[in-house]
Amino acid sequence: MTQSIRVYVPCDSAALSVGANRIAKAIAAEANVRGLDVSLVRNGSRGMLWLEPLVEVETSSGRIAYGPVTAKDVAQLFEADFLNGGAHKLRLGTVESIPQFARQTRLTFARIGTTDPLSLDDYIRHDGFKGLDRALALTGADIVEAVAASGLRGRGGAGFPTGIKWRTVLGAQSDQKYVVCNADEGDSGTFADRMVMEGDPYMLIEGMTIAGLAVGATKGYVYIRSEYPDAFRTFSRAIELAHEAGYLGASIKGSGRTFELEARLGAGAYICGEETSLLESLEGKRGVVRAKPPIPALVGLFGKPTIVNNVLSLAAIPFILAEGADAYAKHGIDRSRGTLPVQLAGNIKQGGLYELRFGMSLREIIQDFGGGTRSGRPIRAVQIGGPLGAYFPPSLLDTPLDYEALAARKGLLGHGGIVVFDDTVDMAKQARFAFEFCSKESCGKCTPCRIGATRGVEVVDRIIQGQDRAKNRAVLDDLCEVMTDGSLCAMGGLTPVPVISALTHFPEDFERPVLRQAAE
Amino acid sequence: MTRQALWNDTRARAIIDSHLQLEGAMLPILHALQEEFGYVDERADALIADSLNLSHAEVRGTISFYHDFHREPAAKHVIQLCRAEACQSVGCEQLVSHLHSAHGVEVDGQTHDGLVQVKTVYCLGNCALGPSALVDGEILGRVDAQTLDALIEQRDHTTSLRDAVEEQRS
Ligand SMILES: Cc1cc2nc3c(=O)[nH]c(=O)nc-3n(C[C@H](O)[C@H](O)[C@H](O)COP(=O)(O)O)c2cc1C
Ligand code: SF4
Ligand code: FES
Repeated sequence: MTQSIRVYVPCDSAALSVGANRIAKAIAAEANVRGLDVSLVRNGSRGMLWLEPLVEVETSSGRIAYGPVTAKDVAQLFEADFLNGGAHKLRLGTVESIPQFARQTRLTFARIGTTDPLSLDDYIRHDGFKGLDRALALTGADIVEAVAASGLRGRGGAGFPTGIKWRTVLGAQSDQKYVVCNADEGDSGTFADRMVMEGDPYMLIEGMTIAGLAVGATKGYVYIRSEYPDAFRTFSRAIELAHEAGYLGASIKGSGRTFELEARLGAGAYICGEETSLLESLEGKRGVVRAKPPIPALVGLFGKPTIVNNVLSLAAIPFILAEGADAYAKHGIDRSRGTLPVQLAGNIKQGGLYELRFGMSLREIIQDFGGGTRSGRPIRAVQIGGPLGAYFPPSLLDTPLDYEALAARKGLLGHGGIVVFDDTVDMAKQARFAFEFCSKESCGKCTPCRIGATRGVEVVDRIIQGQDRAKNRAVLDDLCEVMTDGSLCAMGGLTPVPVISALTHFPEDFERPVLRQAAE
Repeated sequence: MTRQALWNDTRARAIIDSHLQLEGAMLPILHALQEEFGYVDERADALIADSLNLSHAEVRGTISFYHDFHREPAAKHVIQLCRAEACQSVGCEQLVSHLHSAHGVEVDGQTHDGLVQVKTVYCLGNCALGPSALVDGEILGRVDAQTLDALIEQRDHTTSLRDAVEEQRS
């Protein structure tokens, strides 16, 4: 009797964006024609996105990978007997043997790419719900202390210690508390949250449930940006399936403890990633930022004590509970504990998601993992931490990737996105874009941000056009100072970061001779 | 393809009613209305205001705050082109120029023929395989001028525009 051969074709949307569905169909069709018994599994992505669509075949010597596969390779792969790991120019060996994979420390992403994201059986077979089991046997205070001891800091950008936030919510007295997951992931260059929701949704569900048990919250919301339709679909389905199986609902796993979860769709506003704007939006209002205090931990969603955490923060929780705080804290350096899912993007040959220990240098990541620019031209600038993050020149690439080291160079880690630009980039244009983005996405509550961003665009335009450069440069410096000091939230407050870094490291781009426009 | 059922008060009211058990029902209602009709008609404002016990101004203010909700029926096909930094680094702005010079299509402008509309979006979470676009809600990576040419040429296509284009690509 022949046994059916398992073939994995990712359903992650990065893989879909380069044709994974077509490959899956082609493999099924070709197997059918040849009378071969193939069972297709749609897994998450292993994160090495330049290899997508990355097809894996389960063989007696492990899962053998082939990639990137195009539709016209499929028949050839069958000819080469890829179902038994046969030789072919796209053959990469086992996934674990690929250097970019071997050098990672995959804690949060351990399962992602190995399993069918919606299969509860897969999840459980790969250590799923172990953390929840532990949590159900602990008091809320014990859970909170485990999270505090792990040293986990929020992965959404601000790096606030998660344990301290939870302790505040635990201590608050209220008839109702909430857990809100921030899945607004608006930063350019980031996609880790998306990969978690599409690739291992039960891990996030488990993390949120544990958060609920820890602080006594019975209801959770996941606020997912509308730019992620696939993530929203997959995650919503996972909630339904978890509910049916008793992992969510009135009595989680028969414990008598309640946790209900709902996914909500954002509506295309970057500012709704800011936690108080997000809460306003969940309440059904304009996403206008709230003044703090009060902090959301005390007065959050509908005025109730609320945990607001990023997807990656909550996704780290099951591991911490299952394996213990020390197992997490032993990775990392100084005050940056655990691992960091780095997202390498932009003009890069081998972009993707690499979960690393803190402390690897930018250069190692960009060269060793990324293989340099996709265009083959020299690197000129690297933006770290999204649209509010600094642009670094090549001379700063030896900076290790951790919160403090970046801060010391006037940069920020944000959500761990790294965007590479080659030498065709015009940094004055990038500075202009930082203001333009802020002017479009500002919530409008405070003047430095609302008016300042628009003024910023005008002033940079004048500098580019060569009008009164010295004077306008002084205006620009003032404007950056006003926005930094006078804005209510980090949208206005950090928009000067990319601008100032461009001015500091790439002054020549603001001093270029003005090209004479062809006379009309 | 974008759905475009004609506006219908009764249907709209039923959609609104089916969401009233939710906490903070406003955004789910607006998304559901837009899903059904392709846009949020101004006639929805009063219905929502009544159901949620809000003023018309609050409803209008909310709708206008979010980039997603629009007040006019959308074109048959909507291409959301990413123009954030990672896609800039691989030339998305050249694509914007190309749409203008080769096809007379203005990003974020009015649609000429009601068939296709191109809108700016900031990041689709596909930043390692840019330039990226959502074509009628389906993600497409490594978009180049030829991809856009094919999308525009296939705009009359009744089923999946993205499939039609992928067919041509490989
Ligand atoms: C303009 C702006 C945008 C933000 N966008 C996000 C986001 O997309 N995702 C996120 O998790 N945090 C974002 N944050 C940070 C949140 O306000 C908040 O710090 C975070 O959700 C807390 O979770 P954490 O402690 O787990 O990081 C943003 C902040 C600002 C000021
Ligand atoms: S800084 Fe900008 S986004 Fe933040 S509260 Fe002020 S206006 Fe709103
Ligand atoms: S920046 Fe274009 S997909 Fe993220």
